[in-house]
Amino acid sequence: MSLRILVGCKRAIDYAVKIQVKSDLSGVVTEGVKHALNPFDEIAMEEAVRLKEKKLANEVIAVSCGPAQSQDVLRTALALGADKAFHVEVPAKEYETLQPIHVSKILAKLAEQEKVDLIILGKQAIDDDCNQTGQMTAAVLNWPQATFASKLQLKDKEATCEREIDGGLETISIKLPAVVTADLRLNTPRYATLPNIMKAKKKPLKKFSPKDLGVDITPRQEIVKVCEPPKRQGGGKVASTEELVERIKKLGVN
Amino acid sequence: MFAIRNIGTKTFRLCRNLAQKNVANLSTSTDTINRSLYNFSDEEVQLKETVGRLAREKIESKVREMEQKGDVLPEIRQLMFDNGLMGIEIPGKYGGTESSFFSSILVVEELGKVDGSISVMCDIQNTLINTLLMQLGSDYLKDKYLPRLATDMIGSFCLSESSSGSDAFAMRTSASKNGDYYTINGNKLWISNSKHAGVFFVMANVNPSLGYKGITCFVVDRDTPGLTIGKNEDKLGLLASSTCAVHFDDVKVHEKNILGKIGQGYKYAISILNEGRIGIGAQMIGLAQGCFDKTIAYTRERQQFGQRIFDFQGMQHQISHVATQLEAARLLVYNAARLKEAGKPFIKEAAMAKYFASEVACQTTSKCIDWMGGVGYTKDYPIEKYYRDCKVGTIYEGTSNIQLNTIAKLIDAEFK
Repeated sequence: MSLRILVGCKRAIDYAVKIQVKSDLSGVVTEGVKHALNPFDEIAMEEAVRLKEKKLANEVIAVSCGPAQSQDVLRTALALGADKAFHVEVPAKEYETLQPIHVSKILAKLAEQEKVDLIILGKQAIDDDCNQTGQMTAAVLNWPQATFASKLQLKDKEATCEREIDGGLETISIKLPAVVTADLRLNTPRYATLPNIMKAKKKPLKKFSPKDLGVDITPRQEIVKVCEPPKRQGGGKVASTEELVERIKKLGVN
Repeated sequence: MFAIRNIGTKTFRLCRNLAQKNVANLSTSTDTINRSLYNFSDEEVQLKETVGRLAREKIESKVREMEQKGDVLPEIRQLMFDNGLMGIEIPGKYGGTESSFFSSILVVEELGKVDGSISVMCDIQNTLINTLLMQLGSDYLKDKYLPRLATDMIGSFCLSESSSGSDAFAMRTSASKNGDYYTINGNKLWISNSKHAGVFFVMANVNPSLGYKGITCFVVDRDTPGLTIGKNEDKLGLLASSTCAVHFDDVKVHEKNILGKIGQGYKYAISILNEGRIGIGAQMIGLAQGCFDKTIAYTRERQQFGQRIFDFQGMQHQISHVATQLEAARLLVYNAARLKEAGKPFIKEAAMAKYFASEVACQTTSKCIDWMGGVGYTKDYPIEKYYRDCKVGTIYEGTSNIQLNTIAKLIDAEFK
């Protein structure tokens, strides 16, 4: 069984950066701010590379949708072990309104074109926290999906997946081709070794435009306002347990 | 212990943020030509970021332990090899990273921000050992040692002795010829990396009557009979870096283990140290920057007299002065590295870089302790370690006075 895996790689603001809202409240400051590969996509990449090392997959393709700078995360993905990379170039202005609905169609088109058996995505991006792309992609392709995966096993053309859900852990079995989204505990991603970083520049990186793939990225949303969450107010102090119960009752909580 | 935890998570985040801001300037995706010394290639940016991350996430938490043990932990040594940090310029066919000299400099700098001992271990391997072998080694030596140096073997450079430091050519270690073997006798001192080195590049004189023109470089395996590692010096700083005596008692080395040509060792030593000192410059700016970053984070939190201590004008003037010196030192190091890569003359610039960077590191770390106040003087905080670690920078791989001599000689020659 030698699978072809497509891995979604989003360039998002680095997790350690202190986010600042733009003064015109139209978005957050991204200019000159450190970006990196979305951490959940890193986990997705790691899983794909491990499958290749186990000889269950023979090709890992990394794909990123975004402006020219998205190539940075594709280079990271190549250094981590992807065989080739696709950059779906979306100009900066249009990127501001690019939504999972558009990305899922792009990924679906690429998956069909490249005859991919498995799509592994991060469960969500840490900038928008949408948690939609994986699910939408599966729907567009009419493929089974296993989201919030914390364990993935492949056998023949079937995937057994342990999912982290609100109630606990759920194990499901799905037939390939399928979409899996990676959750935090799926694996611990490796560091790109220096030799692999150097070798990555020789790996192929192909550019597409959404039009090439027949996907319309007309915005379906308009960003009205982006602002900081309200500052947390300090809680009040009560003198006794009785008073505490009184206050809770008043708030209408049983 | 609270102190360590607090400065740990907060400064980790702050140092990461700082790294982010600085790296944002390194983006190469602009339309205008960027000739700044901070214009790195994409690979250089990736290497720098990866090593920075690796150092902060994997090495930093073990630094105190390694200092207390007086040794680099085996898993950290393995980490360095596994991630390709020990064979940065070695070609891929030998299992190396196949990158450039400037990449080595960036790696040594990033490691220096976290630990001076790890940084110097990486520096010696890359800028002295690997370079000597690649430039001068026969195919036999390259095929035998480069794959090992890239993947699992540390190398040591043996030049100094008890009576020959700056006056390196006054060395007494001798190598007498017996057929196609040489027998080495002598004692080397101050040998870094020696505790775990698998191979030693030994400078020995095959014909003392010729003076320094008899000095020859021998590649000696650790397990050669007669080679013993002596005591590890009990030093002020860089405690995790082994600095042992290496004794040679009738050590027999085949002539095919001679690096380069007989009697040319003195030339090789000088030329490799010219490059090596750019590496030391990188270690020094890394140490200074690592110390500075942690200290500034503290001054922005610590309050006295109702304000952050950072806000006192006296503090700001001192901080700005030190930051300017550090910036200048870094640019000297980067420039010397780029000149060397371009094949241009770089000896004067390399000497200036090493001299200035080591002096600046000493000043920076000393001021950092002042700014931290009492806690800067305690081992609970990482600051005092930087102060102790960088002191040797003005001494090893050519003392500051020797650098100044070299610079003056070259200035004199410019005016001829």
